[in-house]
Amino acid sequence: MELYELTVHQLVNLLDKGEVSSREIADSILDRIQSVESKVKAFLTLDEDRAREQASQTCRQAGGFLQGIPYGLKDLFCTRGMRTTCASRMLEHFVPPYDATAARKLAQAGGILVGKLNMDEFAMGSSTEHSAFFATHNPWDLERVPGGSSGGSAAAVAADEVPFSLGSDTGGSIRQPASFCGVVGFRPTYGRVSRWGVVAFASSLDQVGVFSKDVRDSALVMNLIAGHDPLDSTSVNLEVPDYTAFLNKGIKGMKIAYPREHFGPGVQNEIKQSVYQALQWFEQNGAVVEEVSLPHSEYALPAYYLVATAEASANLARFDGVRFGLRDEGADNIIELFSRSRANGFGAEVKRRIMLGTYALSSGYYDAYYLKALKVRRLIWEDFQKVFGDYDLIISPTTPTTAFKLGEKLGDPLTEYMTDILTVPVNMAGLPGISIPCGFAGGLPIGMQIIGKAFAEGTILQAAYAFEQSNRPNQKPPLGVN
Amino acid sequence: MSSDYEVVVGLEVHAELKTESKIFCGCSTAFGAEPNTQVCPICAGFPGMLPVLNRQVVELAIRTGLALNCEIADFCKFDRKNYFYPDLPKAYQNSQYDLPICKQGYLEIDVDGHRKKVRINRAHMEEDAGKLVHQGSITTSAYTLVDLNRSGVPLLEIVSEPDMRGPGEARAYMEKLRAILLFAGVSDCKMEEGSLRCDANVSVRLRGEKALGTRSEIKNLNSFRSLEKAIEYEARRHIEALEDGEKLVQETRTWDEEKQITQSLRSKEEAHDYRYFPEPDLPPLRIGREWVEEVRASLPEMPDEAQKRLVRDHGLPEYDAALLTLTPEQLDFFDQAVALCQDAKAVSNWMMGDMSRLLKQNNMEINACRFTPAQLARMLQLIEAGTISGKMAKSIFEEMFNSGQDPERIIKEKGMAQISNEDELGKIIEKIIQAHPGVVQDYHGGKEKAFGFFVGQVMKDTRGQANPAIVNRLLKERLNREGA
Amino acid sequence: MALSLAEVEHVALLARLTLSENEKELFAQQLGAILEYVDKLRELPTDDIEPLSHILPVFNVFREDHCRPSPSREETMANAALVEDKQYRVPRII
Repeated sequence: MELYELTVHQLVNLLDKGEVSSREIADSILDRIQSVESKVKAFLTLDEDRAREQASQTCRQAGGFLQGIPYGLKDLFCTRGMRTTCASRMLEHFVPPYDATAARKLAQAGGILVGKLNMDEFAMGSSTEHSAFFATHNPWDLERVPGGSSGGSAAAVAADEVPFSLGSDTGGSIRQPASFCGVVGFRPTYGRVSRWGVVAFASSLDQVGVFSKDVRDSALVMNLIAGHDPLDSTSVNLEVPDYTAFLNKGIKGMKIAYPREHFGPGVQNEIKQSVYQALQWFEQNGAVVEEVSLPHSEYALPAYYLVATAEASANLARFDGVRFGLRDEGADNIIELFSRSRANGFGAEVKRRIMLGTYALSSGYYDAYYLKALKVRRLIWEDFQKVFGDYDLIISPTTPTTAFKLGEKLGDPLTEYMTDILTVPVNMAGLPGISIPCGFAGGLPIGMQIIGKAFAEGTILQAAYAFEQSNRPNQKPPLGVN
Repeated sequence: MSSDYEVVVGLEVHAELKTESKIFCGCSTAFGAEPNTQVCPICAGFPGMLPVLNRQVVELAIRTGLALNCEIADFCKFDRKNYFYPDLPKAYQNSQYDLPICKQGYLEIDVDGHRKKVRINRAHMEEDAGKLVHQGSITTSAYTLVDLNRSGVPLLEIVSEPDMRGPGEARAYMEKLRAILLFAGVSDCKMEEGSLRCDANVSVRLRGEKALGTRSEIKNLNSFRSLEKAIEYEARRHIEALEDGEKLVQETRTWDEEKQITQSLRSKEEAHDYRYFPEPDLPPLRIGREWVEEVRASLPEMPDEAQKRLVRDHGLPEYDAALLTLTPEQLDFFDQAVALCQDAKAVSNWMMGDMSRLLKQNNMEINACRFTPAQLARMLQLIEAGTISGKMAKSIFEEMFNSGQDPERIIKEKGMAQISNEDELGKIIEKIIQAHPGVVQDYHGGKEKAFGFFVGQVMKDTRGQANPAIVNRLLKERLNREGA
Repeated sequence: MALSLAEVEHVALLARLTLSENEKELFAQQLGAILEYVDKLRELPTDDIEPLSHILPVFNVFREDHCRPSPSREETMANAALVEDKQYRVPRII
């Protein structure tokens, strides 16, 4: 096996034993990127020289847990001295003077940032087609989307361009692309990982998470990035356990629920079958598996699109061309400066969501839309509380379909929003959720979603690991290289 | 102004809370720094930045609320007030909308000798915006420069009910509010530095009318004087309009200090839809009663209490007591001086008279005063003892003010000690009487002026240093002995 | 049901977005469709439900009132397009 095909734990093992150097790993990764990137197009910014230089340095001195292992960051994470665009013309030339906390932690742990990964503009989208620059292609079928908004982060891991990457998940933006790309995508509980330095989309829903090739890697990276940050008032002051300690505990006696609403007619048959089979596996191996109801499931998506867009409309108002970002040169007055800079800097999907969010908050509509959505949010949260009173985990498909074709959903915004229908309830309740590969349909990956109680990341990883060990799909995307 | 109408005033005051650092980040709040040197990505609204609340802001807000007799909320939160303006980096201001930290308070003002309560609707925490400096002239087109040093400085917005009637009451409210904020130690209250700002809501109505008239909000009031003038002007404008049958429009107006008029900002105003919603980046606040009681216990004596004490313990008139309790520094100076010389009325007179005059002339605050309360006390004791005359004291005081020297030293150096020695004075009186037998006769003949002549001569001879009371007594005795 | 042109223009002004005539038409129709979809929420009786604005049961998160040095002006203003006399320059405010 090539170095670029290995997982983080495999690489750490080799590095620990001195069987391989950081430089060799960096070279393997960068060569891999060279050979597949023109097909996958996962990266917005690639800094090869810096990566090789850092890798060489790491060879010469102690390298932290990661010892020079390369990784990628969704271009939503601010990186000091490295351009951070959020896949938007608005920030095409923005170079932050600070590192996001999660990025800083990975750097401190010895990781080497290879580059910034493509995404839907300002994290708004489910296909990465809304990037202002170009679309990323699903390594399993280059004519299909990798999902979004963290499409680049998912595709890069699926294509073995990096062993792991970070993304963000506001309505499913880690889990959905992980499902489409056949990789592991973990969204922790709201407040588990610091949001400081991550450009905000919807402040009460955004969370930072991990893309990896297997569950153990997910646990390892979570160990590095989770934890309280005094700079983020919404990050919790709870100890971070060693997530790898949960992996070998098995699933005997675990109580698993599956919500009937998540297996409805809108979900592709092969996907339902695949997840039912997984549920059977859990049952056969000692877990209690029962059907439950999350009665307000169908209201999660409409409520989400009011809460998220309302918060986004406020979060994106700072982009006015004055202190950073695209500035319209010809503006005659301040209103023109703001309105034209924003019109030129933002793409259609972003504009649409800003308009929707502004409307939902506006005088006369606040009660009927935004306030109503917050009330429905409580109902959704209560649904989960009830189920978690009796169960440890909830399992469902991650997405209603496998990866759709590029261009397929660009005509009607609502059809694209629908792809988040199974992931969004988790964000609304602030809960942790993982997507792991559990099969294929027509050669395209299927993802299974495992949802846990607040701060029960360990339990999720425990169940995911057990399943993965016995059900690991042994395929790689047919990128037709070598 | 027609007295058929009453002028109804409500005031919205913003006070900068005197913390070391800003409300959501560690940048300094110090006034007067070079532009954009007290700015960081957080208070400049950069992407990915998040606020963390300065605990001292909450503490000072609670303090203020208690000093203003408010209810302190059990639960409150921040909200986003959304609007676009170049001095507002996030394009929203963190403020408190429906759940402010303080509610339902009041303060008392003195109006024509009686006490009046002015109710306070609410006080809430919010962050300040940056500063705009408008550029350009008739020849060059206008543009604006933005300095974000002030962005993120913590403010407390204090909103009164429209309980004030006329400019005088409005001014009294501001003076009392300022004194309370100073005594509570929550703000520097310097209108000239912008740490205390005031907007006035003014309307008029016929006396006896219950409904409120159309109101104007007046901005850009930079002093208490401007506040009074602006209210006077605006009230007159409203009354004239009503008498002419014109309709008044609810609007925001700006006070033009140069022209001494208000002008409509209507063309610059669009109906603001602030789209308030709860701030997701800041967890809400639960203010425990123990915290409130701790703060209450730490509050010093407030102006009203101090005023009562001065009247009660020192028999000072209310007017004097009110002036002495305008700032804590002033009260402290007074208390210290009185503790040493016990003559409260004298201390009060000197402080409100010569001291106040000299401080104002020299543009000084009392804490820059070069002499101490102890020195003032000693000077008063010297007057009491007759060592110096009241008249001498005035020049000694001025010298003390300019140099900060001890009064004893000044007296010695300038040879200003009053002559009270009766033997010495007796000899001088004798000498003068001997020298003016004719005037003695005039005196005995009933000419009043003769006595004054002799006093004048004694004063001349002693270069004004003779103790007048003793001179008068001795002179009378001597002349009356002579007589008959 | 599509939004009216006036409504679209009003929201675009609130949001400081200049829209072309085409965009206005498109958004009027698309936003109308989305709002129709979210109107689904009306099916739920929520009069007695408390809105959920903060998902974590966390209160009173503070920092101490300590000053730390601010970054240099050069660093803070490095990303600004138009600076004059150490300040951000903007066109006239109307």
